[in-house]
Amino acid sequence: MTEIFGIPTAALFGQLLLGLINGAFYATLSLGLAVIFGLLNIINFTHGAQYMMGAFFAWMLLNYLGLGYWWALVLAPVAVGLLGIVIERLLIARLYKLDHIYGLLLTFGLALVIEGAFRNGYGVSGLPYTIPAQLAGGTNLGFMFLPIYRGWVVVASLVVCLATWFVIERTRLGAYLRAATENTTLVEAFGVNVPRLVTLTYGFGVALAGFAGVLAAPIYSVNPTMGANLIITVFAVVVVGGMGSILGSIVTGFLLGLVEGLTKVFYPEAAATVIFVIMALVLLVKPAGLFGRAA
Amino acid sequence: MPEAALLPEAGAEAAGALLAVEALHGWYGESHVLHGIALDVRQGEVATLIGRNGAGKTTTLKAIIGILEKRSGSIRYGGRETIGLPSRTIARMGIGYCPEERGIFSSLDVEENLLLPPVVKPGGLTVAEVLELFPNLAERLRSQGTKLSGGEQQMLAIGRILRTGARLLLLDEPTEGLAPVIVQQIGRTVRRLKALGFTVVLVEQNLHFAAEVADRHWVVEQGRVVDMVPNEDLERNRDKLHAYLGV
Repeated sequence: MTEIFGIPTAALFGQLLLGLINGAFYATLSLGLAVIFGLLNIINFTHGAQYMMGAFFAWMLLNYLGLGYWWALVLAPVAVGLLGIVIERLLIARLYKLDHIYGLLLTFGLALVIEGAFRNGYGVSGLPYTIPAQLAGGTNLGFMFLPIYRGWVVVASLVVCLATWFVIERTRLGAYLRAATENTTLVEAFGVNVPRLVTLTYGFGVALAGFAGVLAAPIYSVNPTMGANLIITVFAVVVVGGMGSILGSIVTGFLLGLVEGLTKVFYPEAAATVIFVIMALVLLVKPAGLFGRAA
Repeated sequence: MPEAALLPEAGAEAAGALLAVEALHGWYGESHVLHGIALDVRQGEVATLIGRNGAGKTTTLKAIIGILEKRSGSIRYGGRETIGLPSRTIARMGIGYCPEERGIFSSLDVEENLLLPPVVKPGGLTVAEVLELFPNLAERLRSQGTKLSGGEQQMLAIGRILRTGARLLLLDEPTEGLAPVIVQQIGRTVRRLKALGFTVVLVEQNLHFAAEVADRHWVVEQGRVVDMVPNEDLERNRDKLHAYLGV
């Protein structure tokens, strides 16, 4: 068997792939957080619960309505986004003129309520969701075995992240978003309906979380706590990438996923903490994050 | 012929008044800064608000465009009361705002900055016409907005509200901190805008510049309008105005 640094290549690439998949989730989730934070100045602690809801909606669509994975991939994010719009209009919109801490408390409380409700309804043991037939199985790449669904997760996340980046950086709608992120008052004084832009941005940001949740459903078991476990790491990714940076969250998400995977190969004991160690180092050297603009 | 037939939208305002401000009070938080501003601006004229630093000129413009949140009294544009409306609605009535700090967006390039304000009424300048007014901008369309020189940023800040179809332009100290040659160019631009039929309200501390472009000068002192001087009477009142401005 071929080896690199004394590690069998199959194991190395296997861990790298796992890292890449985790990175795909980090990227998609932190991108949503970054978009929301940029415009709303709210750290959306409900994000993990919204990711979990995406997975649950996929499961519900299948088990209650008989609608499969491909339907879920479209419908679940839309449902999470619409719920997000209701939350923004009814609750978050009342907090914009108050201290940040209120937004944090509200979204954290909401996460607890949502997770509690799902725990009450579905227990904590997790529900199975099978990989769709078209993406089942795997292929031998020669140097490693690639489960097709895992490859799909990486590609789908990358496409969604890059499409989001394109819309924000290269379109007129994105120009409104970037401008409003810098100076809400002036954009409004030009006649743009900023409150509506804010609502749609929140809806879109949490829809991204819902999308990640659907992607995750066949890999991890659908579980009320799946978001809470992941979101802590995602916040570390956001801090490393730089609060509010679009490209920063995408690149950092994938990169830290890979670093985590590599750590699992070479020093498994540190795998769970390596991202937080990097976060601490980045904060020491570059407090605004790798891609953040100094305030 | 009755005036109402000539200017159906002007309502009870003085003949030709496009903008009529009465008993305008304004606050920043608890601090009461406007104490009953009253002025009017005629269709097609260039009016200045002159006065010392802190007199309330900028705040008056902010109240007109609606970004001064705490305001009371009356501001009528084309006969329509705007005092309680959000700024986006006021902008959509056809008012363009160019803030003192210019408000160029650093995350947008020059072209994106230029195209940012949405078109609110038909009849605005085309992008080509704006670039003809400000040829410097045409060469810098791909640059980051805030990488422009101060003068170019000012041209961008004015240029972007000419496209929107707004007929009343609120310009807050467009000459502040700029080299004399740029000030002259801005002056030519303001006169050209007047010729194109725009109505302009200009906050200005530079009396020399104000005299070159404006029809009437409203003197603001401690949150009140204390005088109005038509431009043709400026020479006669120069000493008085200098006293107002404290120069």
